[in-house]
Amino acid sequence: MTSLLKTPMHDWHAAHDGRMVDFTGWSMPVQYSSIIDEHNATRNAAGLFDVSHMARFRFDGDQAGPFLDSIVTRRVENLKAGQIRYAMVTKEDGGILDDILVYRLADAQGQLYYWVVVNAGNREKIASWIRERLPESGVTFTDLTLETAMIAVQGPKAIELAQPLVDVTLSEMKYYSGCETQILGQQSWVSRTGYTGEDGCEITVPAEIAVEVWRTLADGLAAIGGLPCGLGCRDTLRLEAAMPLYGHELSEQINPIQADLKFAVSMDHEFIGKAAISASIEDGKQMKRVGLQMQGRRAAREHYTIHLGDQQVGEVTSGSFSPTLDINIAMGYVQPELAEPGTELEIDIRGKRHLATVVALPFYSRKRKT
Amino acid sequence: MDPASLLYAKTHEWIHIEEADGGKLATIGISAFAIEALKDLVYLELPEVGSSLTAGEPLGEIESVKAVSDIYSPVTGEVVEANTPLIDSLDTMNEDAYGAGWLLKVKITDDSSLAGLMDQAAYLKQCEEEE
Repeated sequence: MTSLLKTPMHDWHAAHDGRMVDFTGWSMPVQYSSIIDEHNATRNAAGLFDVSHMARFRFDGDQAGPFLDSIVTRRVENLKAGQIRYAMVTKEDGGILDDILVYRLADAQGQLYYWVVVNAGNREKIASWIRERLPESGVTFTDLTLETAMIAVQGPKAIELAQPLVDVTLSEMKYYSGCETQILGQQSWVSRTGYTGEDGCEITVPAEIAVEVWRTLADGLAAIGGLPCGLGCRDTLRLEAAMPLYGHELSEQINPIQADLKFAVSMDHEFIGKAAISASIEDGKQMKRVGLQMQGRRAAREHYTIHLGDQQVGEVTSGSFSPTLDINIAMGYVQPELAEPGTELEIDIRGKRHLATVVALPFYSRKRKT
Repeated sequence: MDPASLLYAKTHEWIHIEEADGGKLATIGISAFAIEALKDLVYLELPEVGSSLTAGEPLGEIESVKAVSDIYSPVTGEVVEANTPLIDSLDTMNEDAYGAGWLLKVKITDDSSLAGLMDQAAYLKQCEEEE
């Protein structure tokens, strides 16, 4: 067995009762206290997450924009400094290689560059996909994952907690915007992004100062009712917000249209997979991602089958008890004619059928300040 | 119950044995170690009174936020009482795994099914190895 990768905060996690597991080759905490407590702390106050396992790629050079445009589902060449866009990398047949965030950033001299944040488990796959397609000149690709660390601060009190660390005014930054900032005197980055359905930000710092930054944030949690949070509640939080997770809702066998991510595809540029995705929009017969609410007390789980009468009509991709809503929720793929909210289906839970209703997504959305 | 005086199954159930009506009556629960590992309990399914259990076979299910697990019967016998109120107060298992958190009382029909059970020292050693 190869040894697991560790983030700079690994020893802190272990020293604070972090239950460490192998997550796509990284030793990461699933939880420190209780998944439900950590989940609720994020919804009600603030949650602090080590997300350093996410891959961070940097692209410099005057051809970086056109190159990224050619491999992602949305146009990113026209992003202005500070803008961030959710997109996917797709294969020729439209299958999803990964879902990513593309950041366009400006350095202190005003020079523009890109960042792409990729799922931890897809780091090597996407790095190879990129290297095989890089033009001979005009783009420099750097994998910054191991020399940096990424910390997500999420929840209604996240901005209050993170603000003292950065030299930009977070409350003035729009959702899905990011920029360079100085943290402890070091070149760092901050963005108004996250994977919990809450307000908040994500901070990327050089690995050398990561533990100090993490400690500063962790020390501020108690006063505001926050908690350090593991991947367990990250999963229940994103499920309530109906955010897809690669390897569950998304895979190379699923295209963006099936995944209900048409908003993250723009047909105004050429990219790998465009023709297949375009054809998929016309094809009404493909399985479609839906939300499901269980009518009983059982949680549906990944790979549980979905039925209508004698027929299997789909499969669950994620499911859990929802701490915020106090019901059992799931996402899965069903035949398109059964994707309408209100449709009553059955899910096979360990040999017994349980009633489930198709519901509109997301299950939860935070109240936004207007 | 005093956890030091109980027997344990490899699959983390505890068993208390008492003599009753010329036979053996087992009280079954789940160890505090296993409850701590499951942590956020959301669902429990128990067999009905009168059900026959076989040692090593599933008797019910317990579900946490993360996953669902089988509960295995540590003994062979017939269920004479089930702690059904527990289903609506799963926190009781976190708070009092060896007392109010008991699951079933089972009339043992085959004494040989007890042979594979461990004492507390052996069980704690197994838990240490699992950590």
